[in-house]
Amino acid sequence: MKLRSSRLSLLLVGMALALSACASDAPQDFTKPEGPIAKQVDRLFDPVFAVAVVVFVLVEGLVLYVAMRFRERPGHDDAPTQTHGNTRLEITWTIIPALLLAVIGVFTVVTILDINKVDATGEALEVDVYGHQWWWEYRYPGEGVITANELHIPTGRRVELKLQSKDVIHSFWPPKLAGKVDVVPGHVNHMAIEATEPGTYYGQCAEFCGLSHSRMRLRVVAHSPAEFATWLAGQKQQPAKPSTSDEGAALFQSKGCAGCHTVAGFTAGEIGPNLTHLYSRKTFAGAIFDLNEQNLRTWLRDPQGRKPGSLMKLPVKLNEEEITKLIAYLETLK
Amino acid sequence: MTTVLEPDTDTTDAVEAPAAPGGGLMRRPRRITGALSWFTTIDHKRIGILYGVTSFTFFLLGGIEALLLRLQLARPNGNVLSAEMYNQLFTMHGTTMVFLVVMPLSAAFANYLIPLMIGARDVAFPRLNAFSYWCFLLGGSFLYSSFFLGGAPDGGWFGYAPNTSITFSPGHNIDFWVFGLQILGVASTTGAVNLIVTALNMRAPGMTLLRMPIFVWMSLVAQFLTLFALPVITIALFLLMFDRLFGANFFNPGAGGDPVLWQHLFWIFGHPEVYILILPAMGIVSEIIPVFARKPLFGYAVMVFSGVAIGFMGWGVWVHHMFSVGLGPYAVSAFSVSTMFIAVPTGVKIFNWLGTLWGGSLRFTTPMLFAVGFIAMFTIGGLSGVTHAISPHDRQQTDTYYVVAHFHYVLFGGALFGLMGGFYYWWPKVFGHMLSDRIGKVHFWLWFLGFNLTFGPMHILGLQGMPRRIDTYAEKMGFDAWNMVATVGAFVIALSVLVFLVNVAVSRKNRTVATADPWDGRTLEWSIPSPSPYYNFADVPQVHSLDEWWHRKYTEDDSGRLVRLPEQPPEPRLATDEEVARIHLPSPSYFPLIAAFGLPVMAYGMMYKAYAVAVIGAVILIAAIYAWGFEPSAEPEESS
Repeated sequence: MKLRSSRLSLLLVGMALALSACASDAPQDFTKPEGPIAKQVDRLFDPVFAVAVVVFVLVEGLVLYVAMRFRERPGHDDAPTQTHGNTRLEITWTIIPALLLAVIGVFTVVTILDINKVDATGEALEVDVYGHQWWWEYRYPGEGVITANELHIPTGRRVELKLQSKDVIHSFWPPKLAGKVDVVPGHVNHMAIEATEPGTYYGQCAEFCGLSHSRMRLRVVAHSPAEFATWLAGQKQQPAKPSTSDEGAALFQSKGCAGCHTVAGFTAGEIGPNLTHLYSRKTFAGAIFDLNEQNLRTWLRDPQGRKPGSLMKLPVKLNEEEITKLIAYLETLK
Repeated sequence: MTTVLEPDTDTTDAVEAPAAPGGGLMRRPRRITGALSWFTTIDHKRIGILYGVTSFTFFLLGGIEALLLRLQLARPNGNVLSAEMYNQLFTMHGTTMVFLVVMPLSAAFANYLIPLMIGARDVAFPRLNAFSYWCFLLGGSFLYSSFFLGGAPDGGWFGYAPNTSITFSPGHNIDFWVFGLQILGVASTTGAVNLIVTALNMRAPGMTLLRMPIFVWMSLVAQFLTLFALPVITIALFLLMFDRLFGANFFNPGAGGDPVLWQHLFWIFGHPEVYILILPAMGIVSEIIPVFARKPLFGYAVMVFSGVAIGFMGWGVWVHHMFSVGLGPYAVSAFSVSTMFIAVPTGVKIFNWLGTLWGGSLRFTTPMLFAVGFIAMFTIGGLSGVTHAISPHDRQQTDTYYVVAHFHYVLFGGALFGLMGGFYYWWPKVFGHMLSDRIGKVHFWLWFLGFNLTFGPMHILGLQGMPRRIDTYAEKMGFDAWNMVATVGAFVIALSVLVFLVNVAVSRKNRTVATADPWDGRTLEWSIPSPSPYYNFADVPQVHSLDEWWHRKYTEDDSGRLVRLPEQPPEPRLATDEEVARIHLPSPSYFPLIAAFGLPVMAYGMMYKAYAVAVIGAVILIAAIYAWGFEPSAEPEESS
């Protein structure tokens, strides 16, 4: 028994250690938040987690102590005193946790009210976010800019997202920058994010939304304000209308792509991601594939094979030559 | 209605058929032994065993599903399962473990034990009890038939609309879930009515409410929660059924419906459900610990009231499942605070268990290991629960593996540890022989190790940002190592379950005969022979105190020390043939099974829009209930 108890304690200590030491190279680790909004929320978690660890050590310690100290053994008193309870003690261990929780409750409510404050300065950047099965669409109101999966924002500026769904419930979650907010059809939800440092922040849909829920990822790309302005200007430029001799563009029209995808000044599909500046992105198909020739090729061969349930249904299978030409056209959409 | 209290009501006159004594359609089955008698039994103990065997079988199925899920997630970009199969399996794993394992396992213990613990001969409505069981078995089988009929439900155990609507889930998968859960709801609701009436009305003389064993109390609270919570999900399922079958739009935002309504209805059921799952296990632990500490439960009354308090407060916290839905800061604040405070009565329970252990003489038998393991593991689940209550941060935690870790510490580390302890503790009373303590300890330590290896790392995975319900993840997300550990842990759990099955087989072969009171127990079930005779008590006990059986064996001296009474109660005896003839027990019946059979027939008919089949199912149900109402109260010889 003694051996077992010490083994137990080892295990528990090990678990506590493991909990406190998360791997460092986890791009969605929200115990190491990046922006001010995520950091504010994290500051609330840390003391509560610390209190929880203290209570954990106390209770588990008591369990181990009691298990060793009062274990039946030769010479041990097997006719213990029959305590039926102790009112004072029981009131104590009702009141102390209640008080502790009341304190935590006050800080929680203050934070809730604080993070739900609407930006009064009017300086926040607003972006409309639409959840689709299984990709994200971003629209910059007033700018005429529409993009997908990779949300570009400036650093040091609050970004207010207006979340709407085109089909089922999704949840927008860039863990380093903010907690998730659900994207509910029939509702308009709001959330704020803010990044301090330029960089790419990972995230993904966090509400089960059907077959390819796991393949609905996202990235937030934060630029310095100047670089953001450059990016935005680039997105506003309308690409040249493809010449009639562009066989890839012709295939884009004839093979059904145009029915779902918009390329500004050329096609006006509204169902799939806007491809006007496709090659300004790093990824595609719900940010699950790096955007390169090889990935596009396998994708165009069999979208559903690469992403179960993908709504990109090819009316007819494309042959390799057609795919090559289509990719050549897509590569012009910078 | 045949009840034990009114044994001789003569209802044969009401039967229209000639009903010649000893013949005719309405003759009740008589056999109470043999394989076929299991189909007509209304003995609460045999129904308890049926519940136990069936839900353990579902536990094995749910466990296999879990192993497949873990295999898929062991490595990034796993290709063990297709996304489609993964979604079906995680949906069925959750649905199975909640509705087909923990709830009915608790029902198994409640069925078997409540009458024995309160000194009754059966439950209040024995045939209704059989009906509950058959609805459970047929409802569960109906749900599982989906695997052979085009695919299992794949919308998650929470079935969020509009993903579960006909637009986004056009197959029959979700129909199986909608109808299966409705059938299981019938099982749970009728079971709740039965057990509540049993606990309130059938107690032996002298057993006041505050002399009722704590397990009965906790089951009573859980059954009240069931009675009030199940109708809510039934309504939700009904609305979803109308959306899917008849083009209603309750949850269709395009037509003015609201998917958030589904979430409210689901979680108003879903949160009390958590307490439905955990309270009976808390009751079991509260029975085991005093026996093996040789001390009474510390603060019995406070334990009862904290259980009742948890039951009440459980209705005021459902929105903590919806902190990221966008309900506004005031609703979120209110429910954050209420969620924090439900930790108080839960904490009281943990401290009172520690108080019971303190100063005791602890015998670490297998049931005791599981009970103490419960305290240690449930505490972790409770603490992570408090961190969920800080709702701004819950928006980070929710829908990640941190939550998966949390509720497995509550439902596995809590409920299943308690129920497993219950198996070892009451096995001798049910089957007349002991389970091996040596193998039991191997079982416990493997179980304990596997459990922590599986679910401990999930805390870290969650904090690292791994969402739930994803069938795969990319490499370089930091998820690889801990997922592998969790998968290894799941197989250690599987091994421990195999050890348990070996224990059952070996112990059955060795037959270490159990005495009536092998653990030096405290409650009335230990005052009758093992295995318990079918009539339960040769003499209906007269109850004088809490822990009645203990007080017939022990007393306290002036300083409160335990003293064995010089005069011990006589060895528990079997009733004589003469006495048995005078004990009236309800007769077996065909109709609970037949009535229950009508339900899945109706469900298949509805979901395939073969309405004639649905009508046949309804006719079976109604005819069986009618026959049930008018069958004689006993076999013809006795009732005439």
